Amino acid sequence: MSKKEDMQDTDLSQYSKSATAKIHDYEQFVGKAMVDNLRLLADRLKGKVIQNINSTAVGGGVAEILIRMIPLLHELGVDARWDVIKGGEQFFEVTKKIHNLLHGRLDPIGKHDFDIFMQTSAVNIREIDTYGDIMFIHDPQPIALIKKRALKKSSKWIWRCHVDVSKPDPEVWSFLKKFIVKYDASVFSAPNFSQRLPIPQMLISPSIDPLSDKNIELPQKAIDMVLKKYNIHKDKPIITQISRFDYLKDPVGVIQAYRLVKKYIDCQLILAGGTATDDPESMKVLEEVKTSAAQDKDIHILLLPSGSNIEINALQRASDVVIQKSLKEGFGLTVTEALWKGKPVVASAVGGIPLQIKHKYSGMLCHTIEGAAFAIKQLLNSPEYAKQLGSNAREHVRLNFLLTRHIKDYLLLFLSLYHQNDIINL
Amino acid sequence: MEKTIKTKTKKPFIFYSRLYLQVLTGLKAVNIEQLLKIIRDVPGSVIYYHTHRFLQQHIYLNPEPPNDFAYWVSDVLGEDELAEMLASIDTVQFADIRSLREEIIKTIEQYIKKKPSVLKRRADEDEAFHFIKAVSFIFTTGHKAHDLSEFMEILKIITVDAIYFHVFEARLRLKQANENDFSYWIRTSVKNPELARKISQLDPYTHTIEDLRKTIIRLVESRLKK
Repeated sequence: MSKKEDMQDTDLSQYSKSATAKIHDYEQFVGKAMVDNLRLLADRLKGKVIQNINSTAVGGGVAEILIRMIPLLHELGVDARWDVIKGGEQFFEVTKKIHNLLHGRLDPIGKHDFDIFMQTSAVNIREIDTYGDIMFIHDPQPIALIKKRALKKSSKWIWRCHVDVSKPDPEVWSFLKKFIVKYDASVFSAPNFSQRLPIPQMLISPSIDPLSDKNIELPQKAIDMVLKKYNIHKDKPIITQISRFDYLKDPVGVIQAYRLVKKYIDCQLILAGGTATDDPESMKVLEEVKTSAAQDKDIHILLLPSGSNIEINALQRASDVVIQKSLKEGFGLTVTEALWKGKPVVASAVGGIPLQIKHKYSGMLCHTIEGAAFAIKQLLNSPEYAKQLGSNAREHVRLNFLLTRHIKDYLLLFLSLYHQNDIINL
Repeated sequence: MEKTIKTKTKKPFIFYSRLYLQVLTGLKAVNIEQLLKIIRDVPGSVIYYHTHRFLQQHIYLNPEPPNDFAYWVSDVLGEDELAEMLASIDTVQFADIRSLREEIIKTIEQYIKKKPSVLKRRADEDEAFHFIKAVSFIFTTGHKAHDLSEFMEILKIITVDAIYFHVFEARLRLKQANENDFSYWIRTSVKNPELARKISQLDPYTHTIEDLRKTIIRLVESRLKK
């Protein structure tokens, strides 16, 4: 084999589609008529500037979605722009605390932290030009910019919450609520994140991009390359959980469920994900997972570096069953990714997962380790049923959780700001 | 009849579509009493959302899952008998949301009387029933049919949302359980009462929207071939 051929056999980057997709590329998934509808809606927003503001230009879910969405909005004729607030290390330490506390995790916070938040907010209020007709503010970090709304009275302000706020810390929520109530509308990702608020609360789920590296179709050769890379043989059914090593994802519970299945079906388990380098807890979880796995050669624990998108894609596609046994979950986009790949999924009924899985229609919901094991056994023993669930799952994602639906919802959201009724004739 | 099929109608069929935005009401129920109380109080757009949402979000499933209330009562409260009763409410018989709401209330009330133990069932907070309303956006797709042939070709390419609008929303808009925009146009403009009758008799709630599309195309196609 020549050196070039050898490289081709190991180089996964050949499957990466780094070029930005065009809106017509999505017609293959949702049909031309749906893309035409987006154009019709976008047309009604002519002349309006939509200014997105968040806290980071790269990294993190919000930036990831804006990077892909903004060029598509431009192509549709929407004048969407994107600005980023500034903040020092101290500010982002406080916003991380706020994030954790909104998620219901304990993290001490005090007046000093809120003061830091307000000091940086004051700088951003002074320095950021809020020129949009529609101001689309993402997450808590830039929330105080609402103080600028008086400068352009005709502007509309939306606060987009990407965080699970089903059980927020009361002190933090009350601090944020003072700002939220001044917005024209708020947006949440799942019904159980909604709060009692005097402003409209829209339900807009996040989405996956079928043309991103994490979701693009892969040839069998690429899948085999990834399995080979991690020394996984496809001689036994594969159960996989993709998620960072975090207590809330219950990786030890997944191992216990696997062991219950293993008594009856000879199978293997992949636990793949990253750890946050700044989070000592995740390294501790990883150690516990390794201890729990003991010497079982059929448990593959894969610590993936960030950007391992093709690898994750291939591991999901190689799986017979995908599991997501989270104790708490935001929306659960890893579930969406697996459903899109037509995989039978067993997942906990938490966060946004019940929105994605209707039990026994498009996957299996579970509440316990035993329940998860029972569902996995059922799926491994009934491949036809598993196939039907997988097929329903893909269709459910195609209709409800692709990037084009997300764009459609945002366009409707922007238009809704200019109407009062429940039925709007455009 | 041959003449009416090929002749351009005076009034073309204009294809509209309906998209919707989901608005959270902040109201939730964790037991049957709360569910009943909120069903009584919420605006019609909330009842409409929870009895019709599955049709647009799960168009691939046949048979369709039942309405949201039946699904929650079964899967979360584990009260299968009540769920079956709620699922079998014949939505197609109701030409307005008011009477559909009354039937849902009556069904739950009667069940509580018959089986008071249902009152003890309680869902976890994580699995509460969240009430949502739909804000509808209606717009023209730009497609117009002047005769049955054009009608059929357009029907093949429009979105399921457009079909939904002309079949499901039309029933409530026209306030006639056995009429939809397609059958109305074919009856009044194309002047083909037989084809109109066949289309109006389709029970949209027992087909997926894609099935409805195919069935209507087949009916029109066979009429054109005659």
